[in-house]
Amino acid sequence: MKTATEERVVDLSTGSVRELNHALHQLRHTDGAAHWHVREPRGAHSVACGLTVPVHVEVDGPTGYYCAGMNQVATVILHGNTGTGVAENMMSGFVHVKGNASQSAGATGQGGLLVIDGNAGARCGISMKGIDIVVKGSVGHMSAFMAQAGNLVVCGDAGEALGDSIYEARIFVRGKVADLGSDCIEKEMRDEHRSLLADLLARANVDYSPGEFRRYGSARKLYNFKTEHSGHY
Amino acid sequence: MCGIVGLFLKTTRLENQLGLHFSRMLATMASRGPDSSGIAVYGNPASSGSLKVTLQHPMEDFDWSVVAENLSRRFSRLPVVRVISTHAVFTLAAREDEVRALLEKMHPDVTIMSVGTNIEIMKEVGTPESVIARFKVERMTGTHAIGHTRMATESAVTTQGSHPFSTGFDLCLVHNGSLSNHSRLRENLRREGIIFRTDNDSEVAAGYLTSHIRNGETLSSALTHALDDLDGFYTFTVGTSDGFAVLRDRIACKPAILAETDDYVAMASEYRALAVLPGISEAKLWEPEPATVYSWRRTP
Repeated sequence: MKTATEERVVDLSTGSVRELNHALHQLRHTDGAAHWHVREPRGAHSVACGLTVPVHVEVDGPTGYYCAGMNQVATVILHGNTGTGVAENMMSGFVHVKGNASQSAGATGQGGLLVIDGNAGARCGISMKGIDIVVKGSVGHMSAFMAQAGNLVVCGDAGEALGDSIYEARIFVRGKVADLGSDCIEKEMRDEHRSLLADLLARANVDYSPGEFRRYGSARKLYNFKTEHSGHY
Repeated sequence: MCGIVGLFLKTTRLENQLGLHFSRMLATMASRGPDSSGIAVYGNPASSGSLKVTLQHPMEDFDWSVVAENLSRRFSRLPVVRVISTHAVFTLAAREDEVRALLEKMHPDVTIMSVGTNIEIMKEVGTPESVIARFKVERMTGTHAIGHTRMATESAVTTQGSHPFSTGFDLCLVHNGSLSNHSRLRENLRREGIIFRTDNDSEVAAGYLTSHIRNGETLSSALTHALDDLDGFYTFTVGTSDGFAVLRDRIACKPAILAETDDYVAMASEYRALAVLPGISEAKLWEPEPATVYSWRRTP
């Protein structure tokens, strides 16, 4: 039985990810949540996936694919770069990457906050469904592709085809946008957006002012098929 | 899914340990490609005027002395032969086209894996671990090496369908991905005289580069044209006599990560394969951009 004050250290050079994740999943049967420290991940996949209790997990070193995927309520701090699909399908909680993230960061995420201190690769926030993502660096091409809900904040630049086929998510970019994808347009920044963005920036511990950002979203022209838009598909 | 690894040494410091570090990288990629595996290692060059020809025969107890005698009759000197499992590296003073013509005529059951002054390609069906053991990769020395672990999607699991593919003198290609227009491209390239031995899509990419380089293009230019002509998903790593190159398609779904230190440039499908390298925690790490040719050459 773990208590809230106990810290447990797991060294993945001697233990397996399966053992780590199994132990983390067992926490649902306890009353309290512990502070966990994972050492020597060496790029392993699926570290700290599927967490369902408010545990605090810190990972020292680079992680592989789908790290902190399907997270619910837990806090996962990654001290290093991370691979494809970090925090994919996150439901709630907080995932903080203190390095760069590879492609599809926060993919299909439904809730919670993902903060990336460095850059994110291609397709950041692809098909996001309610997650908030704050990237302190830049994002790659096709970011927020088919994004449905939530907020993507990019403090650096955005790559090609930003927000392609976007539904109702909001995108805020401080730097340059290489180009906008189909049905993605720049939109007016109103007070409600400035207030929302100020809150997200504060939660991500970023000092930029909301006034430095531009807002992008859906033109809502691709919701229904029209023959004159067939070229956009 | 397939795995790619490449290790290119910028200095002589790790040359004696090339095989050791490279085989650790390759073994790590077993989960991306357990069905066959192959390597191209560059080093220990043939003396001026000589060639290194790496040959393969399906039988491990094949009598290579017959091939050596036939070559010596034609080229008047006995080649130096180093047999490694199903492969044999012949070093001989001869012209590439003459060697190819003789082998095709007298030993059609022998496959030419590579021809060059530096390159040796070895590949077989089996896990990376079994291929590393078979060819004693850990003991290999040299300047750079490229490897592939295959999970077949487009064609049969055979030695011929394994990577790397030779794309010309001292050149080779490994591929992670799948090409959708390989059938038509293969037919076009066949008309130009490129010979294909399998239905494999990656062999078509290799043939495409061979054709463009034969027509006088630089490797970099051939890769740039590939962006327009090859339809599909790919991360390519290409080996050259004194360097290597990396190219991802415009969508860049297929992973790639690069690491650089004072001693080496390393490329892998996943960071896990780089984690085994010395000094990796201080290395510069980045993902290659889509549709961008990256290349390195060793300056003498």
